[in-house]
Amino acid sequence: MLLIRCPYCGERSEIEFANGGEAHIARPADPMSQTDEEWAQYLYMRDNPKGLIAERWRHAHGCNRFFNALRDTRTDRFVMTYEMGRPRPEIDAATLAEAAR
Amino acid sequence: MQKFSALSLARKALGGHLGWTPQWRSVEPKPAYDIVIVGGGGHGLGTAYYLAKQHGLRNIAVIERGWLAGGNTARNTTIIRSNYLFNESSSYYEHSLKLWETLSQELNYNVMFSQRGCLMVAHTVHDVQVFKRHVHANRLNGIDNEWLSAEEAKAFCPPLNISPNIRYPVLGASLQRRAGTARHDAVAWGFARAASDMGVDIIENCEVTGILRGPGGEVRGVETTRGTIRAGKVGVSAAGHSSVVLGMAGVRLPLQSNPLQALVSEPVKPAFPTIVMSNTIHAYISQSDKGEMVIGAGTDSYVSYTQRGGLHIPAHTLEAICELFPMFRRLRMLRSWGGITDNTPDRSPITAKTPVPGLYVNCGWGTGGFKATPGAANLFAWTIAKNEPHPINAPFTIERFRDGVMIDEAAAAAVAH
Repeated sequence: MLLIRCPYCGERSEIEFANGGEAHIARPADPMSQTDEEWAQYLYMRDNPKGLIAERWRHAHGCNRFFNALRDTRTDRFVMTYEMGRPRPEIDAATLAEAAR
Repeated sequence: MQKFSALSLARKALGGHLGWTPQWRSVEPKPAYDIVIVGGGGHGLGTAYYLAKQHGLRNIAVIERGWLAGGNTARNTTIIRSNYLFNESSSYYEHSLKLWETLSQELNYNVMFSQRGCLMVAHTVHDVQVFKRHVHANRLNGIDNEWLSAEEAKAFCPPLNISPNIRYPVLGASLQRRAGTARHDAVAWGFARAASDMGVDIIENCEVTGILRGPGGEVRGVETTRGTIRAGKVGVSAAGHSSVVLGMAGVRLPLQSNPLQALVSEPVKPAFPTIVMSNTIHAYISQSDKGEMVIGAGTDSYVSYTQRGGLHIPAHTLEAICELFPMFRRLRMLRSWGGITDNTPDRSPITAKTPVPGLYVNCGWGTGGFKATPGAANLFAWTIAKNEPHPINAPFTIERFRDGVMIDEAAAAAVAH
C-alpha cells in the first residue's frame, strides 16, 4: 500500500485517495476546431510511461481536493506531490535515479 | 518432436523416465526473419503457431524479454468463458472457446481444459436484469448461458451461501456450462513445442530496445539486447508493455497498465466444483487441479509496472469470499502475486494493424486475456499473414476510439476476468 503526501493534509494511507489518471492533459480550448484524430488523442490516448509519470490524485476521504504527483511506475516511489495549477516540475538526474532504485 | 501418447508415456515410465528430449529448440537469433513476434506469452507463441500451421509461414521468430510465458500467462487465474454481451465480443471469445475445446488434441499436448462451468452471481435487482440480458444475448448468438434461481445455483455449487440474511444476498446466477479452466503453463508450452517443431525460433532473454524503420516509415525489424533482427513484419503481443514497445515506433495507444493481483490458498481436497464470480462484491474463485483455491483480486487504480499492488485490494476480495463461502473462513492463503494488465477505455482488446506499415498489435486484453489465448493468436496470425483483419477481429481496431465505435464491455469484463 502506498503512502501518499497530500499537499494540503500531509502523508496519508493510499486507501484515502482516488487515482485520477495522467496529469497535465489540457482540454482543447476550442473543441469544435478539433479533428476526430485530435479529439481521440485528448480523450483516450495515453503515454502510459514505464518510468516517471505525472498523475492526478484526489484525497477522496480527506480534504477531497485534487493534486498532482510525480511517481516512478517501475518502483511506485513518489518523487513529489504538488498543487493543481502548477506546471510539471523539472527533476534532476540524481532524484530520478533515486526514484528508480 | 516426440509425440505424446499413452504408449509413449508408459514406455518412458518403464524406462525410468530417461530419454525425454527438450520440447522446443534453443536457438541463437538469426540476423533476419520474415516475421518477428514480440512477446513470448501464450498469445505470442500461439500467433507463431497459427502463422506456421494455417498460413504456411516458417521463417518466424518469437522474442521474449524474460523467460517463456513468465508474464501474465503465468500469473492469471485461468478462467475461460465466452458469455460477453455484445455481438463483436461474444463472437471473438466464442471463437476462442471453440479452439480451446480441441486444443489438447490439436497440439498433442494436454492443456488440461476442464469445462466445469462458470457461475456469475447476482446480488441486486440490477444484477438480475443485466445477467438475464446477457443470457438472452448469448443465446441469440448461439452461445450457451442459462439463468439459475438461488436454489438452483446452490445445487450446482453447494458451498454457496444463499442465506437471505447476508449483506449482499444471492438472488440468482447465470451459468455458462461450457466455461472452464486450463493449465496456463501447458498452453504456452504446447504452442511453443508445436511452433518450434514447424521451424519457429523461440528466443528468450531478448528485449526489444527499438523498432527499425525504412525510408517510407515501414517496419524493417527490431533492435534488441541480443543484436539487430531484421524483419518485414513485426507483431507485438506484449500485454502490459504494449505501450512501451509501440512507443518505440511513435504509436500511442489508449492503454493504461495497472497491476492485477491474484492469490492461492493452501491446497485442499476437491471442494469446489465450478468457477464463481460476483461482479458486485468482487468475489472470484475456482479450485486448481493441485487443490489450491485460486482467487482473483481487483486491479490497483494507478499506472504501474511493478507486478505488485496494495494489500487492501486482495483483502476486499477475501471479505466477499468469506461471506459467500463461509467454509473458506479458516483456509490459509499461501501466495499472492501481481501481473501488469493493459486496459482500454472500453475494456475490449485491440487486434489490428497499426498506422505503421508492417507493424501489428494484439493488446488491450486487460484483466481477461487468458481465455482468448488461442482465439486471439489465431486471428492475430490471420491479420499479420494477410495484412488485413479477419471479420471477427475487424471491429477491434485502434481507430474505433477515433470513430466512436467502442465495444463497451465494462459490465462483462472490468471486474470479471
